Amino acid sequence: MSLLELDGVKVHFPVKKGLFFDRTVGHVYAVDGVSLSVEAGQTYGLVGESGCGKTTLGRAVLRLNDITDGAVVFDGTDLAKLPSEEMRAFRRRLQMVFQDPLGSLNPRQNIESILAEGMAAHNIGKDQAERREKIKEILAKVGLPSNAMSRYPHEFSGGQRQRIGIARALVLEPDVIICDEPVSALDVSVQAQVINLLEELQESLGLTYLVIAHDLAVVRHISDVIGVMYLGGLVEEAPSDALYAGPRHPYTKALMSAVPVPDPEVEDRRERILLHGDLPSPANPPAGCRFHTRCPWVQETKCATERPPLLDTGDGHKVACHFTAEIEAGTVKQTLATGIEAVISTEAVATEAVEVSEGDAETADAPVKKEEEPATVPAQADAGEAERAEESPKA
Amino acid sequence: MPLLSVEELSVTFTARGRKDATAVDGVSFDVDQGQVVGLVGESGCGKSVTSLALMGLLPRKGVRIGGRAEFDGRNLLGISERKLRDLRGSQLAMIFQDPLSSLNPVVPIGIQVTEILQRHRGLKGEKARKEAASLLDRVGIPDPDRRLKEYPHQLSGGMRQRALIAMAVACAPRLLIADEPTTALDVTIQAQILELLKELVDQEGTALLMITHDLGVVAGLCDEVNVLYAGRAVESAGRRELFAHPTHPYAHGLLGSIPRLDAPRGEPLRPIRGSINDKIAWADGCAFAPRCDHYTLECLTGTPELTEPRATGHQVRCVNPVLPQAEVPA
Ligand SMILES: Nc1ncnc2c1ncn2[C@@H]1O[C@H](COP(=O)(O)OP(=O)(O)OP(=O)(O)O)[C@@H](O)[C@H]1O
Ligand SMILES: Nc1ncnc2c1ncn2[C@@H]1O[C@H](COP(=O)(O)OP(=O)(O)OP(=O)(O)O)[C@@H](O)[C@H]1O
Ligand code: SF4
Ligand code: SF4
Ligand SMILES: [Mg+2]
Ligand SMILES: [Mg+2]
Repeated sequence: MSLLELDGVKVHFPVKKGLFFDRTVGHVYAVDGVSLSVEAGQTYGLVGESGCGKTTLGRAVLRLNDITDGAVVFDGTDLAKLPSEEMRAFRRRLQMVFQDPLGSLNPRQNIESILAEGMAAHNIGKDQAERREKIKEILAKVGLPSNAMSRYPHEFSGGQRQRIGIARALVLEPDVIICDEPVSALDVSVQAQVINLLEELQESLGLTYLVIAHDLAVVRHISDVIGVMYLGGLVEEAPSDALYAGPRHPYTKALMSAVPVPDPEVEDRRERILLHGDLPSPANPPAGCRFHTRCPWVQETKCATERPPLLDTGDGHKVACHFTAEIEAGTVKQTLATGIEAVISTEAVATEAVEVSEGDAETADAPVKKEEEPATVPAQADAGEAERAEESPKA
Repeated sequence: MPLLSVEELSVTFTARGRKDATAVDGVSFDVDQGQVVGLVGESGCGKSVTSLALMGLLPRKGVRIGGRAEFDGRNLLGISERKLRDLRGSQLAMIFQDPLSSLNPVVPIGIQVTEILQRHRGLKGEKARKEAASLLDRVGIPDPDRRLKEYPHQLSGGMRQRALIAMAVACAPRLLIADEPTTALDVTIQAQILELLKELVDQEGTALLMITHDLGVVAGLCDEVNVLYAGRAVESAGRRELFAHPTHPYAHGLLGSIPRLDAPRGEPLRPIRGSINDKIAWADGCAFAPRCDHYTLECLTGTPELTEPRATGHQVRCVNPVLPQAEVPA
């Protein structure tokens, strides 16, 4: 059995309305049925664009978000159903490293005190002296000088602060570290230092990682297995090399073709699959395949009505698309052009896409209704929601 | 003659009670009609300050600007505020990383676009509205008539950036300065915006000064590339030449430290040690010296000169450039 197994995990945030936000008028389907397994000592990389639910999923594993449905089985125990006192013991074994280390470090505590705090809470080290020894050892491991102990977070560079964040996780001797965008706030030259550090630590300590990032190149570099998320669900999962060699889901194909490669020879030969429109809102996800409003291969049957399950297509490569085999074999054709001229003349596209889903009045109508009801957007959610919701009617 | 010719541009912030801080320390480059020139470098290397200086958008007080920036024969750094304002919007335009901050939040998009059309092209009423709609349409904003009535916050990040591009190109500027125009966007949206910019350059012959920290974006878009470090260009070359033969230890190190989507997994990254905070003043020597593997004592005898150790037009500011073994003099 895998060290960490997620089975049908859903996290739905209620959308409240009314004077005291006492009326639930809908839900943000941030994570909507994700199943995946992380093997001990390996790295599982989760990629996807802004708002697809990566962070929410990572936080759900630690029970920092309520889990609406599904199981999070860690080392044989379903955390989703664990009473909170019992969850405490597992908290130590599952640690998180955040994107913005400064925001998660108390500016008035020195590094020793920041690191010792967690150790004391989890009864690691019998006294201060023993903890101090341990902290020294870990600081050396993450490449910080031992005089860092008496210094404060603001005295460090971004890369060093990320090392402190990693040290804070490591002093608790976790089994799993969930890294949420561990390098996205760092300069490229410093990113590589932190990526290498994470890899060395995994090697020497046998750590298991769940790495969440929007940068596909970073994720490909460090992951054994990659899961691609779109609007709350996994659309494809494969070993890192297999995913790069042959992405099978239309979204993955587009995502991969969009990632710039620092090599003009490669860039000039690449064919981009441009997508129409923006991401629909997770408060009002499209029916059927969630990608059907933007999919260049969208078909008249099934796509707009049935949600495709994530299925193994052989050799551990899983895809959630009704037409994986047909697209691979070239027996279904692209229905939407993906060049810039086509993407720009969106008016034509909008009509086209609606025609595709004709015969299913509900799907074609639902998003349009949404447009007149921007109030269903949660007041507490980020402002980005309103506009994403606005996008859905387009296709 | 190049459309824009920047020579030894320097910008120093001189806040009272603080030590003078030189953000741009002698940057030179040219931009031709229809050409895309990249300024690339890490956070704080002076990219944005360079572009703001060219646009005349730096505060007048507490800033000392040196050098020249000839645009179509006029020195942008020397002309009056009034003349500059005329140029901006008609011949010079700029788009920023965060489109929300450069759009007026309480004015509908349509009014913001028609205002530009009225001010710079004299279009009024229905004519201006029609032209505005066709501009939004051009940059791929669906249902432009409806969008014109909306406020910036009602548009997604990608659409806002497209609206900003529409406003920037409203007067067919000859030079467009784009400061990290896609950094805040998802990659699939970034791909759309970059294609749009390419199309603009190809079809209108607009010159584009592209500012970014992403070497992948540079590789796909820029004709000429300038790599900045601590306020100075350390390497400048044509796109193919630069990526095939990165010769300054910083540029070379940068390319070795980026995980590439197409690199086999497990290929180790070669990070540059330290961070941008570990630097010395250019006046004393090479600012990159504290992080450099090629460092020798010679590097501390003043600013290294630009040389062309590898190919004509491929300029490198380094006394020990990275050269193939065979080329290294014994
Ligand atoms: N506490 C919350 N209440 C309501 N909605 C939320 C809450 N937290 C997240 N969401 C919404 O859930 C969706 C998924 O958010 P999440 O932060 O998990 O995305 P993400 O994939 O991590 O994106 P990013 O790459 O931008 O970090 C978003 O639409 C977000 O606005
Ligand atoms: N108004 C100001 N007063 C003082 N210093 C400033 C001012 N604006 C910028 N600087 C400094 O000038 C340097 C260059 O800043 P600039 O914004 O040009 O960097 P950049 O290359 O655009 O970086 P980024 O990639 O983070 O946008 C920085 O060290 C910055 O702190
Ligand atoms: S199920 Fe249909 S819409 Fe979804 S990815 Fe496959 S072809 Fe595209
Ligand atoms: S001048 Fe010296 S320190 Fe600077 S990059 Fe060249 S070798 Fe390195
Ligand atoms: Mg996130
Ligand atoms: Mg900047």
